[in-house]
Amino acid sequence: MTRSIWKGPFVDADLLKKAEKVKASGRHEQIKTWSRRSTILPDFVGLTFTVYNGHKFIPVLVSENMIGHKFGEFAPTRTFVAHTAADAKAKQEA
Amino acid sequence: MARIAGVNIPTNKLVNIGLTYIYGIGRKTANEICKKAGIPATRRVNDLTDAETLKLREIIDAQYHVEGDLRREVSMNIKRLVDLGCYRGLRHRKKLPVRGQRTHTNARTRKGKAIAIAGKKKVTK
Repeated sequence: MTRSIWKGPFVDADLLKKAEKVKASGRHEQIKTWSRRSTILPDFVGLTFTVYNGHKFIPVLVSENMIGHKFGEFAPTRTFVAHTAADAKAKQEA
Repeated sequence: MARIAGVNIPTNKLVNIGLTYIYGIGRKTANEICKKAGIPATRRVNDLTDAETLKLREIIDAQYHVEGDLRREVSMNIKRLVDLGCYRGLRHRKKLPVRGQRTHTNARTRKGKAIAIAGKKKVTK
């Protein structure tokens, strides 16, 4: 079910504080965060966050299109494993 | 024979059924449109007067997204996700199910027809 509108978007309080601090300082340092569940707010556009995926911090430069998505959507937690196509395999062995 | 919203030429079916041949119009919207145009549910497409056809065309043009426009809108939405590089976009890129369905088995609609894995021996009894 979708979140009630009256609650407003969810952002972890500490992340919000950090983002404001960085924005106020003017220096564009990366904001390290574990808060994958936080919504990307319009205020965050232009800032770089590094989002933890359980292993590494993935840098995410926030653009306008990302507003309303969650940080976790931009840092995949799983390694994608697929079979190599038959012709690619033949090339590998050769 | 009636042409409504471009290329669609529904046959001698009931009007509300014929309208569903248009991309973007299902049973519900078709019924809605008929009601707005004041066409009884028992009317067939080949019995429509020119005025009624015109009315249907006007209503659809003004109030609904159909055919090319709708297709473009949908593909733009998908393109947005793909370009954004978010999880849903990645799933679209890889042509895998987007909404968290299992892929261990099934998911054949998205993945296409099953391809045999090379070198896998069949069990023979």
